[in-house]
Amino acid sequence: MDRRIFLKGLGAVGCSAAAHPLMTTLTLAAAPGENRLAVIILRGAMDGLDVVQPRGDRDLAAARPGVLAKAQDLDGFFALHEGLSGLMPLWQAGELAFVHATSTPYRDKRSHFDGQDLLEAGTGTDLAPAAQRDGWLNRLLGVLPGATSETAWAVGREAMPILTGAAPAESWAPDQDLAVSAPARALLEQVYAEDALFHQASATAFGLAGMEEGEGQDTDMIVDFVAERLRGPARIAAFSLTGWDTHKGQERAIRKPLDRLQRAVLRLKDGARPEVWGKTVVLAMTEFGRTVRQNGSGGTDHGTGGAMLVAGGAVRGGKVLGRWPGLAEADLYDRRDLMPTSDVRDWAAQAMAGLFGLDRSVLEGTVFPKLAMTTSDKLIR
Amino acid sequence: MDGESFAIRFGYGLPAGGSGLGADDLAARTWPGVRLAELAPVALAYRAAKKAEDDAAVREAQRAVDALALRGAKAIFARALGSDDPYRERLVAFWADHFTVAPRNRTERALPGALVDEAIRPHVTGRFADMLKAVTTHPAMLIYLNQEASFGPSSPKGKRQKKGLNENLARELIELHTLGVGAGYTQADVRELAELLTGLTVSPQEGFVFDKNRAEPGAEMVLGVTYSGNGAAPILQALDDLAARPETAAHLAQKLAVHFVADDPDEGLVADLAARFRDTDGDLAEVAQALVAHPLAGTGTKARQPLDFLVASLRALGVGPEFILGLEPRPFRRLILDPLEAMGQPFQQAPGPDGWPEREADWITPQGLAARIDWAMQAPERLVRPLPDPRALLSTALGARAGEKLAWAVGAAESARDGVGLVLASPEFNRR
Repeated sequence: MDRRIFLKGLGAVGCSAAAHPLMTTLTLAAAPGENRLAVIILRGAMDGLDVVQPRGDRDLAAARPGVLAKAQDLDGFFALHEGLSGLMPLWQAGELAFVHATSTPYRDKRSHFDGQDLLEAGTGTDLAPAAQRDGWLNRLLGVLPGATSETAWAVGREAMPILTGAAPAESWAPDQDLAVSAPARALLEQVYAEDALFHQASATAFGLAGMEEGEGQDTDMIVDFVAERLRGPARIAAFSLTGWDTHKGQERAIRKPLDRLQRAVLRLKDGARPEVWGKTVVLAMTEFGRTVRQNGSGGTDHGTGGAMLVAGGAVRGGKVLGRWPGLAEADLYDRRDLMPTSDVRDWAAQAMAGLFGLDRSVLEGTVFPKLAMTTSDKLIR
Repeated sequence: MDGESFAIRFGYGLPAGGSGLGADDLAARTWPGVRLAELAPVALAYRAAKKAEDDAAVREAQRAVDALALRGAKAIFARALGSDDPYRERLVAFWADHFTVAPRNRTERALPGALVDEAIRPHVTGRFADMLKAVTTHPAMLIYLNQEASFGPSSPKGKRQKKGLNENLARELIELHTLGVGAGYTQADVRELAELLTGLTVSPQEGFVFDKNRAEPGAEMVLGVTYSGNGAAPILQALDDLAARPETAAHLAQKLAVHFVADDPDEGLVADLAARFRDTDGDLAEVAQALVAHPLAGTGTKARQPLDFLVASLRALGVGPEFILGLEPRPFRRLILDPLEAMGQPFQQAPGPDGWPEREADWITPQGLAARIDWAMQAPERLVRPLPDPRALLSTALGARAGEKLAWAVGAAESARDGVGLVLASPEFNRR
């Protein structure tokens, strides 16, 4: 990127990670266990019906005469979009599962922004979206024994409300490097010391400057960073993959985000290495699904029930979970959307119970207030 | 509110420009942007060259598109830097964000600027309903929210080409542009409005057109009102009705207060603005005046968004519109556009139709702040020689707002470069 050229020859002072107090004083007196959770927010509403296609449902073909892509059979009823066929080895190894016809409690307005707010807040609909101030991963962090600010990372340029809140978490995005002289930096630190917002942001900025190296796509850098953190002290990571809002020409439009998702999962597995991958669960969740019927421009509009991807060495995979509601018009939500038969929070809670040994009362009381856990399918090995 | 506070909060910072909101849009005439009429032939030439697989012609058309996009971008900076009426420029930016469009490809890069100049600027001190109608029928919006891909399922073209509705524009019209997501509308309203909007589309040659052959026949009921009749008239009527809804007044009042005053504005301030909007039939000049005159207008804090941070920095450094207009494309990109992207606000490419986020924490992130510090330390010496005395800059840029700690640090800086960087990277300068 051109900014590098701009920086060239300007005497950038490398602020190495090792020189930063936040990082050198790090101790892991009581590490919060060995298991890892990575959450990918699929922003824009992934079309679960195209990604995990219910080929065994006799109403599918009529609803989607043009949108459905080629797919590979999963279990005789569902088939996986060919754009994710690179994940088939994981499916065969039992390291990949899907949950279908699932959603947050969000209904009817079908706004991306409110839908994502609710997904990341992890609350019910009793709180107005604007009143949501912290995310469920942050609340998880709050109840995780021995968590430090190094335990959880929000990665990428997108804001991650899912990790926002009272418990300290770190964030990082590619392409941040500082060209500031050491004395100027010391003065800046003093000026920022009086302002919590600037103090916090600059501490991470100074601490991590110069960490990233090399070329490559943002997604790759994000995933590599996540893998590296998870190999180290981090136990929780969250990042976004965008581009799912396929209103038009979905056949083509969904391929890029699918490719990024597939790449992200495979690269994370590689980067985590077998030992850490075996203790990792990846949840890829989206704000809602899309309309059962394709729209007038070869795309799909905002819907309700959708699909979630679950991957990792700690997953009991090889199956599509959730009760299938059917696609006959009478079975749809509002006669247009896939009827949700489970709450995504229920699955996430179950994963966290298995990964971090959390009591049901903590999950239903703190992490997902007022959730009543009902799911009994085992998600974690 | 004193002149200094007005310039910082409602303008582009110090040194102050004008003291109120003028009635005349002098800046648009002085620094013209790009018109759709200039853009359309270039886009057509590009398409034709692509189809003919004529590489030389494709490159030539690309260069023409890039030149227009560059002119549009420079016009925005020139106006912000040179205008005697900076509040007008800030209001234009506010409404441009309210009606966000973003280019999907290179040929559309100058489209957002055309929407702003043709549909937003003319109404920024006029009536909201007129702005809404101008924006909703502008090709840039019709393309961005897929309206040109929406067909009435029972319309002649819908039936013949087996095409149907696309709800995108209808939903955002209600959710983002008028009532707001908290209002009491239903999916049925969105659907009916989508049916009502069919017919609005874009022709590469003529721009906005109403195509009756794709309009859904029959009446539609939106929010309890039935719309029937031919042509665009019922659509314009529905837009008038949406603009007049009390929920719209409340939604816009909230957004104005959030943008100009505080991330969590006082409810009384919002209520007063909404009342002014309703009482004046959506007269945006009246609402803008009421905002500045409000007793709470000076309370709260806001982070300067990256573009505003760059403009305020340039103003403080004494960089004028001529300098920006004279920049070659490459330095303009390196000094302005690339840094904007690094700060989290790629030029005219908001992530979605809801525009840029507003909260301080959305902008003062580790990576965003790193990019601001980076620019503050490195860009000034490429823009002005010699650099100003940092202590003088402190007072030019911040007036009475400079804190003691900052004044001390600026005095203690090793070099003018570091001192200038400290002023521009300070919390005081990055807020308004």
